[in-house]
This record gives sequence, C-alpha cells and structure tokens, in this order.
Amino acid sequence: MREVLEGSQAVARTVARCRPGVVCAYPISPQTHIVEALSVMARTGELADCEYVNVESEFSAMSVSIGSSAAGSRTYTATASQGLLYMTEAVFNAAGMGLPIVMTVANRAIGAPINIWNDQSDALALRDSGWLQLYAADNQEAADLHVIAFAVAEELGMPAMVCMDGFVLTHASDVVELAEADEIDAFLPPYRPQQVLDVEHPTTIGTMAGPESFTETKYLQHLRFLDATEVIERWSLKFREAFGREAGCLVSRYDPDTLERDHAAPPAAAEDIAVIGMGSVIGTLQAALAPMQAEGDHVRLIGIQSFRPFPEKALREALGDCRDVLVIDRALELGAGGVLTGNVGRALAGTRSRIHSVIAGLGGRPILEASLRDVIRRTRAGDVGRLEFLDLKEGGVPVPPVGATEVAR
Amino acid sequence: MRQVRIHGRGGQGVVTAAEMLARAGFLAGHEAQAIPSFGSERTGAPVVAYCRFADAPLRTREPVLHPDVVLVQDPTLLGPAQPFSGLATHGLVIVNTNADAPTVRAEAGVDDANATVITIPAMSITMTHLGKPKPAAAMLAAYAAATDDITLDAVKQVFRDRFPGRVGEANALAADEAFAYVRAELAGSGGGGGLAAAATRGD
Repeated sequence: MREVLEGSQAVARTVARCRPGVVCAYPISPQTHIVEALSVMARTGELADCEYVNVESEFSAMSVSIGSSAAGSRTYTATASQGLLYMTEAVFNAAGMGLPIVMTVANRAIGAPINIWNDQSDALALRDSGWLQLYAADNQEAADLHVIAFAVAEELGMPAMVCMDGFVLTHASDVVELAEADEIDAFLPPYRPQQVLDVEHPTTIGTMAGPESFTETKYLQHLRFLDATEVIERWSLKFREAFGREAGCLVSRYDPDTLERDHAAPPAAAEDIAVIGMGSVIGTLQAALAPMQAEGDHVRLIGIQSFRPFPEKALREALGDCRDVLVIDRALELGAGGVLTGNVGRALAGTRSRIHSVIAGLGGRPILEASLRDVIRRTRAGDVGRLEFLDLKEGGVPVPPVGATEVAR
Repeated sequence: MRQVRIHGRGGQGVVTAAEMLARAGFLAGHEAQAIPSFGSERTGAPVVAYCRFADAPLRTREPVLHPDVVLVQDPTLLGPAQPFSGLATHGLVIVNTNADAPTVRAEAGVDDANATVITIPAMSITMTHLGKPKPAAAMLAAYAAATDDITLDAVKQVFRDRFPGRVGEANALAADEAFAYVRAELAGSGGGGGLAAAATRGD
C-alpha cells in the first residue's frame, strides 16, 4: 500500500515486521522518532515477542545489544552522532564478536561546536569498526535496507549499520510502500545464530587474543568483509525479485536519460563526468542533473550504497571508461579531505582518474541543486581543484541573525 | 510541481501542518513530500516547513526556495521571517491574522508584491473548536478554499486519521469554518477582507 509516512515511522514499522527479539536504544536526535515508535509498538503489542529494554546511555544500549545477540536474539538498536561515539568501544566489540546486530544511524554532525543537523561524520568516523555500512538514498530505501541488513548480517555473522541522513530523511514525509509483515516473513529467514551463549554449555566469546593470533583474527575479519560484497549483492537482487523495487546493492546506477535508478544502466563513458554521491544527496543530484541532461551535458550519476565493504570493483565497473570523477562528500577528514573521496581514490588507484572532491552539507547546510550544477559545470571547465567546499562563505564564521536562525538555515 | 512553505512558531504544529498537507496532496492523487526544517525545538521559536506536490516522483531534498504558496501561521512573523521572500510571481500567501490584506502587506514590507494575499482568523477559529493554538487544519482548509490543489474533504480526513476522536473532529470543524470563511471572502470582496468577520468572533 502506497502511503505518506515520516521516514522514521517507515523505518520503525519495517524493523518491527522483521520481528526483532530485543530492541534496546537510548534516544538522541534525529534518531528519537524511530525508537519512540518502536517503544509504542512494543507496548501496544504490534511488536510482539520482543523485549524493549530501556537503558541510561548509548554505551549500555550497545552492551545490552551485544548480550542479547550473543544469547541468540535478533537484536536492533539505533543511534546518531554523539550517541554513536559514546557507544564506540562496544560497537567495535560487537563486530569483533561476530554478532549480527542491526543498527540505524540517523546521520548527524559531531561537535564541537554542538550541531544537531545532518552530515555523515558520525557513521564515517566509525568506518573501521567492523560493521557493514549501508546508506539509504531515500526513505523507501531506508525502510527496505533494514530487511536486507538483517538477512546479510545474519548470514555473515557481522553487524550492520543502516545509515540514513538525519532530519533530511528521518523527519521528512514521503510516499512509501512498506514491505508487509507476511512478505518479510517469506523473505527473511528466521534468525539461526551461529553462536549462542548457553549456561548448559559454557563458552566465552570476545576473549583475549595475543600477538600470536590477533593479526590472523583481523585478517579473517577482513576476508569476511570481502565475502560480504557477494552476500550484499545477492540479497539485494533477491529483494528486487521479491518486492519489485531496487534497494541496497553495492553501488546504484542511474539511467543516463531519466536519471532514475536502474541496475541495468550502462557504465559511464569517456566523455562523461561521473558524479558520485552517498545518501540523500543522490535525490537532489537526480533533480539537479535533469536540466543538464536535457541540455545535452554528459553527466552520469553513481551512488555508493555500501560504504563498508567498499565496492571497489562495482564502482570501477559503473565508471567504465569515465576518468572525470566528482565526489560529493558529506564528511571531512580534517587535514586530509573528504572521507568518501579517499575511498574512491583508493578504488581508482592506477586508473589515471581525475578525482575532484566537494565537501557539501556539513552540519545541515542545505545542498542546493543550483550549487551542484554550478560545481559540475566548473569541473567540466577545469575550474575545480582537488578539494572544494560547496557554498563556502568567505570572510570568517557568519553570525546567524537573531531570532531568524530557522529561516536563515 | 507545486511548492509550499509554512511559517510558524514552535508549538503551533508547523511540522504537522506540512505532513498533513503532503497527505492531503497524496489523497488528491499527487506525489507528495514534506520537509521540516528543525531547530532546537524551543516553544515559540520561528519554525519553517516545506511541502511539494508533483505528478512524477519527487527526488530532490532541497528546501523550497521559490514557493508558489506560503502559509503564515503566526502574524508576528510577517516582519522577521520574511515570508514573501522567494515567492513565485502571482504566488499565494495565506496569513493567520485578524487584520486585512493591506495590513499584512504593510507589516511584511511588500506593498507592491505581485502576490495574492488571503487573511484568515485561523487561530481564533481553532481556539473555538480545538481550544489549543494549533491552527494547521484551519490554515490548510483556507488553502483548499483558495485553490484546487487540495480539497476540504482531504484536509478533514487526514486530521481525523492522524488524531482519531475528539481532536480530529475539532480540527475538522475548524477546517469547515475556515473553508467557509475564505470562500465567503473570495465571493465578496475578492479576498482578504478579514476584519469584519474577525470582529464578529468577539476576540
């Protein structure tokens, strides 16, 4: 049934239909609406056979999630920004223990200065935590990705973050079509944990590994990530066959004419500029590129749907013969450049690609279609260097007008 | 594509108004999208939310920069929030106020704006029926009365769906009165009279 839903509601309802056994979360903007909705569903019984655990912090939320997943329950949590940082130690441990927890990250900036708005600094700061990281381009995909994430995480024995841009997606209402409970029951296998803590057969997980075995542990964890590329593709394909719409995958391709998502779109060509985005900026790029397409500009759009594992092969295939690449980056490695750009650069090493990086939308700065078109045209003209900040205001830090900050944003 | 911007203050249901407008637009057969602009969520702080309708799927996440329609839920924002900024030529501005359209233009500093201004005492209508300062249903009903974008029935339905029971019914009654008010104004003076009808409300 197509309906208008807030992104957070769409995610909460879909998560509930995936039948988690334990939900444990601590509220933080802009994730709050998701866990509030799940707590209501747990109370009303719409989310049945699920224990909703209230805790006093994100560190405890992830610790409880580790315990419940290790005890054999399908486990879900959600967080954002400072909350993700606060649980960081436990986040790494969940991955090292091979526990397939699914966590929504409602992407938000990290302080200081305090900022509650959207960019992708939080999840990308934890890119090395050993979690799968899948990014949603819109609210339909944000909801659908949770179904795929549970399937992929549980097959691999790895935790998965589903990343959706805070406010821009979580608080926006869109027309969506949610997977129904019976459809998800038919699609998502019951959770069969690969390891279960059992008092009758005591074992230890997450134990100490000394210098004699730590390297091999990490090597095998890395190999598991390489396996993940095939598993993500396979479950995404299954999803498309079952539900008739595209979600997930490693990269998303877009039809060169309609700019709609199409896995069968041809790779980019030598005369094209390829614009690479991740998350909700893809939607704005779809709209921004339409008039350029109409004018005969050779611009192609490629989305990164899986940041971990990073889809080096799929990205090179989507780029084809194209060597002019513009990356729209939603997070900044201070002193280095864009986080996504760095990964794109490593994937394209040796291809003689000309990679330009544009840092856009930090801390909730709206990303405007006109600004995107401008930077693409200037890239075509050779006027964009390796690193640029979209819509940067010159002359120091602007002071918002008193009483009008809501509009000035 | 139709683009709408809603101005109000924290606590007045601005974000809800945008979501309800998107739902009403969807009921009218459009693709629809509502985008709130969130701040620190203080009661009374200026808040903006956006809504789009189109016949093709809406992909952009850009805030609405050039609205065709602007709804102002709080008349004290006419100066500071610059609600006419970016308004499309021949745009429509609907203001919750007991004042008339020329007064609104003067307060907003846009005497010569090429726009239609409609005023509606939405807050007093809402206080009568709902008893809370959340004039979204009355504002959307005024919008329905002034254009073919959405219908009164759709406005009432989305509020009844979202707030089942007394609150939904009270919003529906406020919507009925606001719709009738704007239709009467448009039939009479050409819109934006406001003052006389507001005076009869005894507030």
